[in-house]
Amino acid sequence: MSRVIIQLIINGLLAGGIYALVSIGLCLIFGVVEVINFAHGEFLMLGMYTTYWLFYFFKIDPYLSLLIVIPLSFLIGVITQRVLIQPLLDAPPLNQIFVTMGLSILLQNVALILWKATYRTIKTTYSSWFIKSGGLSISFPRLLACIVASGITVALLIFLKKTYVGKAIRAIAQDKRGATLMGINVHRMYQLTFGLGTVCVGIAGAILMPIYYAFPTVGLLFCLTAFAVVIVGGYNSLTGAFIAGFVIGLIESFSGFFISPHLQQGVYFAIVILVLLFKPSGLLGLKES
Amino acid sequence: MLKLNNINTCYDDVQALFDVSLDVREGDIVSIVGSNGAGKSTLLNTISGILRCSSGTIEFLGKRTESLPPHQIVEQGIIQVPEGRHIFPRMTVLENLELGAYTRKARGRKKENLDIVFELLPALKERKNQLAGTLSGGERQMLAVARGVMSIPKLLMFDEPSLGLAPKLVKQVFEIAKEINKKGITVLLVEQNIFHSLSISNKGYVLENGKIVLEGKGKELLNNKHVRKAYLGI
Repeated sequence: MSRVIIQLIINGLLAGGIYALVSIGLCLIFGVVEVINFAHGEFLMLGMYTTYWLFYFFKIDPYLSLLIVIPLSFLIGVITQRVLIQPLLDAPPLNQIFVTMGLSILLQNVALILWKATYRTIKTTYSSWFIKSGGLSISFPRLLACIVASGITVALLIFLKKTYVGKAIRAIAQDKRGATLMGINVHRMYQLTFGLGTVCVGIAGAILMPIYYAFPTVGLLFCLTAFAVVIVGGYNSLTGAFIAGFVIGLIESFSGFFISPHLQQGVYFAIVILVLLFKPSGLLGLKES
Repeated sequence: MLKLNNINTCYDDVQALFDVSLDVREGDIVSIVGSNGAGKSTLLNTISGILRCSSGTIEFLGKRTESLPPHQIVEQGIIQVPEGRHIFPRMTVLENLELGAYTRKARGRKKENLDIVFELLPALKERKNQLAGTLSGGERQMLAVARGVMSIPKLLMFDEPSLGLAPKLVKQVFEIAKEINKKGITVLLVEQNIFHSLSISNKGYVLENGKIVLEGKGKELLNNKHVRKAYLGI
């Protein structure tokens, strides 16, 4: 029994690393630009397809394809902010929701036209490697994905904490007027933030490819999970999102085993509702002052 | 140094400033006084580029600035210490100060400027690793001032620095404004606390309903009949 528990913990943590990376991108954009990006999941989908086609045509390993996925995602994020969000910055929040929602639907359908509804995956040499010890088994590609995702997330947190540009981004999130008056170019920082948030989710898409399927609506699933993570972690706390990513991973893994695999998401959305009812700032979020 | 010519500014659909003209000379302390809602903050935000004037010109050191975005106005050397502090609550005092020196020019002189700021406001030095959100109201105001000084601006504009402070601290804030001025920084002060601000100013303007109704030397304005009656109650 205890072995099962350990295995469940391992599975939960492995999934959690990816959730953390997807969510931190969403959380960053929401915290700084104050836009809920409903197309976040579709950016994941684009990252997955980019990786897929690079592998299909050029046999480029998913991890090597990051060299292309990262700049591409950054560009997509910057353009989205510049072209779609920036003109709507002073518009009611509902308009921004409509525009990202519209982008999400558009991208799903373009993907459907271009690449059909086929589930696509790639087989790398390490796709089916397992590390086995003491009755436990760890999927190597999942472990690798989790390590890379966590590494990127931590790197982003350090960037925001330590560098001048990172501090400027946090300053905008904490007091936009104050940041403007210190000479921070807010629009440019918004573009940078949107780019960085999209890079996070793009990377997640690339490293998911060896262990998951790409299809036009794949983003929906991850985007919903990311919303759950951001709510549980507290929408204004990136560290919260990082930790909550793992918490959701664990909840998913345990509820899948003890309750029912079909109810995994039901369980963590029930938890999301409870969090919203009793601690709306999130379990790790900061109180609004 | 700073020249406003016939500035008209609308706030939403309401016109808040009417043909405001003023002239700030280098090295001076200049006050703009007036009651709540007279348009004082609107005036500073127009200079800072946060609000756009609908007509008129702003000239700073011979350069037109009325259509520049806020960050470029900061780069020219105009810094505003905003009303309501607007500090970064979840950052340390030191990080707040670092962001005060955000412009490229100021970043290179961060260390020296930090020494100047700590000399001016030694209380902040003890608290440099504390989160700004945990400071008291008075300390937050000091931090906002210190953050403004961090880039050693050419012109430092204060928006109601004494608002919400205990009487003892009010006096201190004006002392600090004087000290800053002694370091060669021109000071533009916007205040409801008319007595204190006019007493330390070389020049003063009285703003009423978005219009400049009086201007003159600080001490002269304090003796002005209208000012005494309307604002000082004597």
